[in-house]
Amino acid sequence: MPFTQEDNSLMDSIIARYPRSRSAIMPLLHLAQARDGYVTNDSINTIAAKLNLEAAEVTAVSTFYTQYKSAPVGEYHVGVCINTLCAVMGGDAIYEAVAEHLGIGNNQTTSDGKVSLERIECNAACDYAPVVMANWEFYDNQTPQSAKDLVDSMRSGNPIPPTRGPKKLPTWKENSAVLAGINDGRAGEGVNAGPATLLGINAKKEGK
Amino acid sequence: MSKITPVLSAAWDQADSFTIEAYKRNGGYQALAKALDMKADDVINIVKESGLRGRGGAGFPTGTKWSFIPQGDNKEHYFVVNADESEPGTCKDMPLLLANPHSLVEGIIIGSYAIRANHAFIYLRGEVTHVYRRVLQAVEDAYKAGYLGKNILGKGFDLELTLHAGAGAYICGEETALLDSLEGFRGQPRLRPPFPAIAGLYARPTVVNNVESVASVPSIIANGAQWFASMGTEKSKGYTLYSLSGHVNKPGQVEAPLGITLRELLELAGGIRNGHRLKFWTPGGSSTPMFTDAHLDIPLDYEGVGAAGSMLGTKALQIFDETTCVVRATLRWTEFYKHESCGKCTPCREGTWWLVQILKDLEHGKGTPADLDKLLDLCENIAGRSFCALADGAASPIISSIKYFRDEYIHHLENKGCPFDPVASTLFATAGGVK
Ligand SMILES: Cc1cc2nc3c(=O)[nH]c(=O)nc-3n(C[C@H](O)[C@H](O)[C@H](O)COP(=O)(O)O)c2cc1C
Ligand code: SF4
Ligand code: FES
Repeated sequence: MPFTQEDNSLMDSIIARYPRSRSAIMPLLHLAQARDGYVTNDSINTIAAKLNLEAAEVTAVSTFYTQYKSAPVGEYHVGVCINTLCAVMGGDAIYEAVAEHLGIGNNQTTSDGKVSLERIECNAACDYAPVVMANWEFYDNQTPQSAKDLVDSMRSGNPIPPTRGPKKLPTWKENSAVLAGINDGRAGEGVNAGPATLLGINAKKEGK
Repeated sequence: MSKITPVLSAAWDQADSFTIEAYKRNGGYQALAKALDMKADDVINIVKESGLRGRGGAGFPTGTKWSFIPQGDNKEHYFVVNADESEPGTCKDMPLLLANPHSLVEGIIIGSYAIRANHAFIYLRGEVTHVYRRVLQAVEDAYKAGYLGKNILGKGFDLELTLHAGAGAYICGEETALLDSLEGFRGQPRLRPPFPAIAGLYARPTVVNNVESVASVPSIIANGAQWFASMGTEKSKGYTLYSLSGHVNKPGQVEAPLGITLRELLELAGGIRNGHRLKFWTPGGSSTPMFTDAHLDIPLDYEGVGAAGSMLGTKALQIFDETTCVVRATLRWTEFYKHESCGKCTPCREGTWWLVQILKDLEHGKGTPADLDKLLDLCENIAGRSFCALADGAASPIISSIKYFRDEYIHHLENKGCPFDPVASTLFATAGGVK
């Protein structure tokens, strides 16, 4: 797919956020994933040309960070936290259950292109362990069954909404655009805090 | 008297707490107006006097860090917020930003004014889309309200604030790797000196501060240095966020003065999950040496935790009960460090790989007791001999778990495998069998 005039002006607006253009590489790579779902060679070349860099310099950055994908992921990319705390609290069991249920392994995608799976590291939500992320939205306190239900809901086209996130789960591409800094108007959706976040102030209200 | 002192978290139970309207309703952006009426150096002095220390792990005094920025040097200065929050167990900055991003934005404007920076950045880890939305909206709303941009509140101070998403690399939480990443390179640590205060972003004087450190600043400006310093202990002043996770009945965030103990925090968290007892815990993320049930009464401040052989770190209290295999936990953390090693230096890149191999064997009951000494030997050659503190962190769980649980390692060897049932430690096991 060729880059449109609109793509081009979006890229310019991202570059304008920084005192030096090279700093825009990361948001431009997120933008590339919003366009194509992953970082294509075309995108690498376009970003390089835009920033006056060699393609190899852009590739070097893109391959350093796990969030940039060199091959398509699913419309819904599911990450199961298997860092120690989540693993112990059930993350290992959840990962195994989902992998078996979908018949795919780490960094693989279902044949219908709907769901991909990844073992992820601590996602700063340990007080909601075990944690599953989908398109980098929070699904707190999961079980093997709830995670299987989640991926089923994705395959049937009506994903269960995140626990702390927008009302409806955006697609991988839509959320990649957000990470490039494009406001999708959904900041006001969803809870302001989950129950664990409120532990201290609730205890205080109870006179503790 | 209550041990809980909600300041940052005070309004988190209001449904619209993340909006600019709610923040202002609760007194937000008044500290900004006050700060802009002061001399920049006076703002730095108040923060110094408050005793605020960096909440990102190392506890360096925030006001002192700000005072290192050379003034009158005719160079651009930059203010950079570290919102990478990736240290395993650490989960305070993300809920803070979800519930109240404006406390950070206000802190950034005050901090930038103090160090005379006209461009600030928030480096937010990329794997938290909804947090990104909330912060982006907060920044846009602050621009609209005249708190960012040109001639802020008519006081002649200009500030641009750029939100930047990371893309999944723990090492980018290390401040110099973060700066390289923000400049558009692979995120690898830089040699120090020069420190960021002299040559940081684009080789210009730069402050890098943790989210919680910066978000604490408006409360200090509003209420005064003495108010802040009246909380906490002699050298660890103020309130802070403690995060409890794992085998407790009610995990979550508690804001309390520095120096509270785990025993006191557990009481607020409903205790260790019913029918179980505390086995081991981290005081401040996986990079801080673990503690056991012998450490329940240690004051959780920089000095108290340090004297007991660990570090306060990020105050990420990961709690594990007796159903948890310490060898499994240690191996998993070690796999994390191996995965996240940026590869720049040999002891860390190769060493973490070997640590994983040996630990894997031990978990499966293969190897000999001599392998424990080999592990410790390797740790000695990695920690303190690598380029950055990631490698020190990698050694922490291994050294401390062998110190407290050598018998359990040996038991794996005698048993020819792990004696624990992983199901027993899951959340759903407590909820009545595996679902
Ligand atoms: C491997 C590694 C990861 C780190 N990750 C973070 C992080 O995610 N967030 C953070 O604020 N500090 C992190 N730090 C500490 C930063 O280097 C730095 O000390 C801190 O951001 C300074 O802010 P403060 O003075 O406000 O604490 C990390 C350090 C290391 C060595
Ligand atoms: S210690 Fe590890 S993470 Fe740090 S610079 Fe060396 S290889 Fe990179
Ligand atoms: S260990 Fe899973 S979110 Fe922290």
